[in-house]
Amino acid sequence: MSLLKEPDFGTPARAGEATVELLVDGVAVLVPPGTSVMRAAKEAGIDVPKLCATDNLEAFGSCRLCVVEIDGMRGTPASCTTPVAPGMVVRTQNEKLGKLRRGVMELYISDHPLDCLTCSANGDCELQDMAGVTGLREVRYGSGVDAGANHMALPTDSSNPYFDFEASKCIACSRCVRACDEVQGTLALTIEGRGFDSKVAAGAGGSFFESDCVSCGACVQACPTATLQEKSVIELGMPTRSVITTCAYCGVGCSFKAELRGDELVRMVPYKNGGANEGHSCVKGRFAFGYASHPDRVLEPMVRDSIEDEWRKVSWEEAIGFTARRLREIQAEYGPGSIGAITSSRTTNEEVYTVQKLVRAVFGNNNVDTCARVCHSPTGYGLKQTFGESAGTQDFKSVDEADVILVIGANPTDAHPVFGSRMKKRIRQGARLIVIDPRKTDLVRSPHIEAAHHLSLAPGTNVAMINAMAHVVVTEGLVDRTFVASRCEEFEAWETFIADPVHSPEAVAGTTGVPASEVRAAARLYATGGNGAIYYGLGVTEHSQGSTMVMGMANLAMATGNIGRRGVGVNPLRGQNNVQGSCDMGSFPHELPGYRHVSDDGVREVYEKLWGTPLLNEPGLRIPNMFDAAIDGSFKALFVQGEDIAQSDPNTQHVFAALGALDLLVVQDLFVNETAKFAHVLLPGTSFLEKDGTFTNAERRINRVRPVMAPQTGKQEWEIVCEIAQAMGYPMHYNSAAEIMAEIALTTPTFMGVSFERLDRVGSIQWPCNLEHPDGTPIMHSETFTRGKGRFMETVYVPTSERSTRKYPLILTTGRILSQYNVGAQTRRTANVAWHSEDILELHPHDAEVRGIENDDTVALSSRVGRTTLRARLSDRMPVGVCYTTFHHPITGANVITTDNSDWATNCPEYKVTAVQVDLVPTSVAEAREPAVVGDAR
Amino acid sequence: MSGTLPPYVRLANEIAAQFAHRPTADAATAIANHLRVTWDPRMKQALIAHAATGADDLAPAAALAAQQLQ
Repeated sequence: MSLLKEPDFGTPARAGEATVELLVDGVAVLVPPGTSVMRAAKEAGIDVPKLCATDNLEAFGSCRLCVVEIDGMRGTPASCTTPVAPGMVVRTQNEKLGKLRRGVMELYISDHPLDCLTCSANGDCELQDMAGVTGLREVRYGSGVDAGANHMALPTDSSNPYFDFEASKCIACSRCVRACDEVQGTLALTIEGRGFDSKVAAGAGGSFFESDCVSCGACVQACPTATLQEKSVIELGMPTRSVITTCAYCGVGCSFKAELRGDELVRMVPYKNGGANEGHSCVKGRFAFGYASHPDRVLEPMVRDSIEDEWRKVSWEEAIGFTARRLREIQAEYGPGSIGAITSSRTTNEEVYTVQKLVRAVFGNNNVDTCARVCHSPTGYGLKQTFGESAGTQDFKSVDEADVILVIGANPTDAHPVFGSRMKKRIRQGARLIVIDPRKTDLVRSPHIEAAHHLSLAPGTNVAMINAMAHVVVTEGLVDRTFVASRCEEFEAWETFIADPVHSPEAVAGTTGVPASEVRAAARLYATGGNGAIYYGLGVTEHSQGSTMVMGMANLAMATGNIGRRGVGVNPLRGQNNVQGSCDMGSFPHELPGYRHVSDDGVREVYEKLWGTPLLNEPGLRIPNMFDAAIDGSFKALFVQGEDIAQSDPNTQHVFAALGALDLLVVQDLFVNETAKFAHVLLPGTSFLEKDGTFTNAERRINRVRPVMAPQTGKQEWEIVCEIAQAMGYPMHYNSAAEIMAEIALTTPTFMGVSFERLDRVGSIQWPCNLEHPDGTPIMHSETFTRGKGRFMETVYVPTSERSTRKYPLILTTGRILSQYNVGAQTRRTANVAWHSEDILELHPHDAEVRGIENDDTVALSSRVGRTTLRARLSDRMPVGVCYTTFHHPITGANVITTDNSDWATNCPEYKVTAVQVDLVPTSVAEAREPAVVGDAR
Repeated sequence: MSGTLPPYVRLANEIAAQFAHRPTADAATAIANHLRVTWDPRMKQALIAHAATGADDLAPAAALAAQQLQ
């Protein structure tokens, strides 16, 4: 594939029917009202010269290159800012227009370095292109330093790790500033000064790195010259070919063009036709791909008999043979149920599918679980109980039609940044925002964004809060009775339950800590403000009542009729890119692919016939059950695909004990991660740049993951799984990942219409995709719920057993930050460490003051299960009594602190509520910083 | 905190707490149904055996649910 350059229509598309007909250079074109003349011309196949216009930004009308003549209009209007009108007759080229454009170009070039041959944007410079298009042959004013006053001496800002700002090449078109405003919504850039002194400035005039810039790359992408340029392009040169693929970070699942020179990846550029991101990106997907070629990568299999031994590099044949032999030996000694596997949301659907098949068809049990256990398993449970399907209801674009956005326990500007930007754009357009979160996240108040209500509740009281909101809806006559009567069941019992005064905002104010009047106002706004859309994250699920809360949100959405159309819905923001997919693929120990229970004889029969082996009809072990069973001696071997459970799972002491008790631990990963320290076999994995398969994002969108380069290990991960199966005596073989998807489509009703061929043709598909929904399903439950009627569920608030005490008086909640990703295995191996090189404890100034803690002090953080040290940051983002940290760095080991409390229904850990104490560490001790320690802090 | 309880007892009690507002018999049925569809057989067996000893660390509805699993 050659370098893909998407067409640029100059201004954004307008919604609506194409009803306005006009003539452009004699060509008739039909476009929706509000379309610019520039875009209409492009639709007619005519490029109007431009510099300040690009089609992801509203027209600005500053460069004057796009002037045209229009019959009946005076002068030469800018085609970018002039809307079409019926019968309009437009001329884009004549002698007068050419002269005007050359005059504009002369002025630009007179203040621009003429170093095109050595410029990093050579071949990809719109200024260069426009010089050619306009026929510029001379610059009457001279050029560069000969032209008098100029900007040639302006310094280059290289402070950002990923791109340079070469101010001398800036043409002040404002595209970067507008991209930061309109697309990203950070408003970090501005044009400083007036007239000739106008120049782009980051923040208050400091460097890009010091500014509020979040390095999303939108400005770099928007820049028509080399002013904002990726360092990788400066260093390596312009790429020559593109491969369209999918980001491997968060659950947004952005589409990217991987741009290469030969086999060398130069840059990742967000793909305009990507259904999830529509051309936008964040700092991780756009820039943090260097881990894939990091020297820490393990490229050869390694084996050792004991975890006390040194690793031995071995051939693939030996590693696979060793793995298969030991698995069978352990089963022979301890029984078929003594082994199992954990799949990863960082691997493809096809890779996950083969692992669960390995477990079910070859291991002969259902001991397969996935990392979604520790993030969104309550979503699967709660939405299946109420709606009948374990998935979010909307596509991301739906938020463009939301009138009231209710964000609960999510921080999308950090954890799902591209969707966060889309959400902020809608809020700037006028949608009202309600945030339910103990922390004052950026969404609560940031430039041009302010929540109408921030319900800063006490950690662990989500269910009390959602019940209180539902109580208001029911008792104040705000129920959508028509929707409920026609679409739902079991409402009357729920109505009686929720109308009980014990659920009133006044009754629970002492529990949640939120004034009743605020709760009532927020509930009224959600119920009456138009389209109400709920978005939630791990602040909902990672509680002992996570599943109850998911059902509570579903109740609220059904009661108000906010389900089944654009602009509404209940939407989980998934943590990792393929959380949805790994769950879809049968990774849970009680469900075959497509969320069908293992006890369903008809479903099992489908697989038994295809796989030629009987399957167990009883659930297997969940991840925490595996740990417990390892400690009690009934579970002896574990295959972990692409997860670092030793760092990511709660109560590290318990996890270490379990992993240490195994007779065989097989880890498949890019790196020797924390889990690998307990492993006997390390099977090197492939990065997303090498994988061939599909990811399914949080909006159920199945996207292709295309190999940008050959696997550095020589094998795809699904091939390794198949070879283990074969070595264990089961004939598992596929010629390609496409064949695996074909089997998935054959056996899973929601994937019936999915194939690689079709994905390559249409770009992406949102499941269900079958005979009923041949083109996929952007919005679910539009006519009926998947289960028929939506079911109201009683959601009793049962407080967590984790309480603050005199000994542990604060509540710790954990999360992630924009620049880092989960356990940091990827992002810690990139320049993203420039922003977040260590985990920090945020706490309220009051809690700090009473402990004598100041900014940057080293503090000891202890809970009843462990202790660690980290640096403190005082922040009024935190409420009094609550502190926060991330879990990106193994040296901090935040999970030595977290407990084994879990969601009652799914055992998703309660990461969000841990009673802790924070103590100042004396300077003399802090200098020799203690590593995290497991065990009772006492 | 119930750190010294066997995991299956702790987990069963946590499930029982969610149904504590219901009559014990109804709660036991709901708990048993949940355990049937989500628990590995060895955990169910361990719970059944534990309940059979008459141990007092199991919530009454959970103990009744264990009987229903037999």
